Amino acid sequence: MTARLARTGIRDWLFAYVGAVGVWLVTVMLAEGFGAMQTLTAGLGFAVFYVLVATGQMFVIATGPGNIDLSIPATVTLGAGVAMSVMAGSDAMIVPGLLAAIATGTLVGSFNYALIRTLRIPPIIATLSSSFIVQSTAIWYGRGLSIKPPEALQSFTFARILDVPVMTLAALVFTLAMAVVLRRTVYGRSVLAIGQNPKAARLAGVDVERTRWITYTLSAALAGFTGALFAGFSGGVSLDMGSQFLLASIAVVVIGGTSVAGGKANLPGLWGAALFLFLLVTMLNAAGVGSGVRQLLTGILIIAVITAAGGEKRGR
Amino acid sequence: MTIDWRELVRASLPALALAALLAAIFWLQPRAMSYQGLNLLLNLSIPIVFATLAQMFVLTVGDLDLGIGGFVTFVACVTVTWLAEAPLVGVLVLLAAIGLYAAVGALIELRNLPAIVVTLGMSFVWFGLAVIVLPSPGGRTSEWLIAAVRLRPPGIPLAILAAVVIGVLGHLLLMRTSFGVVLRGAGGNPRAITRAGWSMLQIRMTLYALAGLMGVMAGLTLAGITTSADANIALRYTLLSIAGAILGGSQFTGGRVSPIGAVLGALVMTLAASFLAFLRLNPDWQIGVQGAILILVLALRALLDRVAGGASR
Repeated sequence: MTARLARTGIRDWLFAYVGAVGVWLVTVMLAEGFGAMQTLTAGLGFAVFYVLVATGQMFVIATGPGNIDLSIPATVTLGAGVAMSVMAGSDAMIVPGLLAAIATGTLVGSFNYALIRTLRIPPIIATLSSSFIVQSTAIWYGRGLSIKPPEALQSFTFARILDVPVMTLAALVFTLAMAVVLRRTVYGRSVLAIGQNPKAARLAGVDVERTRWITYTLSAALAGFTGALFAGFSGGVSLDMGSQFLLASIAVVVIGGTSVAGGKANLPGLWGAALFLFLLVTMLNAAGVGSGVRQLLTGILIIAVITAAGGEKRGR
Repeated sequence: MTIDWRELVRASLPALALAALLAAIFWLQPRAMSYQGLNLLLNLSIPIVFATLAQMFVLTVGDLDLGIGGFVTFVACVTVTWLAEAPLVGVLVLLAAIGLYAAVGALIELRNLPAIVVTLGMSFVWFGLAVIVLPSPGGRTSEWLIAAVRLRPPGIPLAILAAVVIGVLGHLLLMRTSFGVVLRGAGGNPRAITRAGWSMLQIRMTLYALAGLMGVMAGLTLAGITTSADANIALRYTLLSIAGAILGGSQFTGGRVSPIGAVLGALVMTLAASFLAFLRLNPDWQIGVQGAILILVLALRALLDRVAGGASR
């Protein structure tokens, strides 16, 4: 049984869903059955932000050990700021605003890649240094930026069909599309090939540099877009709105069953892990614990999940 | 033997960056070129130097510590509460915290876990504990600790003296003892070290414990300087310590680290923050300048490597 599950790769992400369901059940029990569906709906809605940034982070991590994007939080904040000022509260400017946020992310991603390529430094360092600059830009740009998001954007983030947020349905379509990209396109296959063995990939004719550039750009573009969407959801820009996405993006990827060693990607796991993280906070809130205990338990649970899911195989 | 000078330039890059930054500050504000001026400029550097050393110890074995900022915050919060009110309890808690750091190292080694994720989880643990210990900003650092960081040794400001002592001690431990060779070797070639009969478990635990010790020193000195604390006090130390260590020449692989470089890197990061004040520029760009200086140093290093690589290979 276990062997068969492992072969089909389900075991990698089942964990996250089991965790999410478990946490949800405890929350429902704590609330004595009240608001079970509302909690789930809220979770499905909020998970979208986690899934979007984590999708980018997952592609980055899948390209091999040492690949990680630390500039996501700063890019989220900057994307939100740019989108809000382009939209300027007008419904007609929503699409240009979203495009501007994506364009901002694309610039950040290309800058990240340029640093990695020209300075030959580990991606962690490259994205860390660029995040310093992006963060500064976001603070400078966003200071005093108290623009309300356009009505339509705000209502879109809360719109529902049969208790399922529309945003969630759209994001599910996006996840499906990314699954096709990952499994069926040259780009997606290149990502996994590079992650497994960059040398072999290069010898097999994979355009390694182009693939890495697309990957870092994709990650930052998604972060920028998420920022715009999140600003619509939370009613505007705040200077540290991106900070929660550093842990979230990495934790969702890893809890979702993607190996930090690279060469593997697990899209279904992202949803389970994102739901798990959100519902975990909801559960701790429902249990009435303070913010200190909540953070403490979140940290312990993340470490416990990582430990239980097991590390990488030895060797290599 | 012919490429020795390149290696020399490479190794002195952090020092050159520091010298350039100091020169610029002195040029903008000649009054900074005094005992009092340097004292003010570098006042905040002591905890950052310790935190950077902590990061460097973890980097030695090829890991990255994303939890050091939370840890320093926790230590600072304990310092202004328990350590001030019940010193014995405080000391025990801090020792237990160092023990927990070593235990995290053990967990990472035994289960072969990604250090980034575990330490990221630990950052939540430390920040959470910090909030539990000190729910609202305040507390009071013990007088002896405040007095200690306000010491005014004759001739050399405390921050510079501390940086020199820490750098030299770290250098002696890691670069000059056979034990240091083993520690660095564990980052370079763990298999060789294991074959030679050393336990990777013990090595990782030692390095993490050393990192914990440095983190405690960072928290103590930070609380001494600020005299009170809050649960966000060292939020930026995680990224700052990585930046400082990397600027100082540490690398992710091969156990290549440099304690003296890390100290210099931390000083550069501290000065970069106050540099803007001298230029009377918008403080929003503080972090940006730190990032730009980091990129500049890395670019110079890449340039040197390319020149050296072209000559020797």
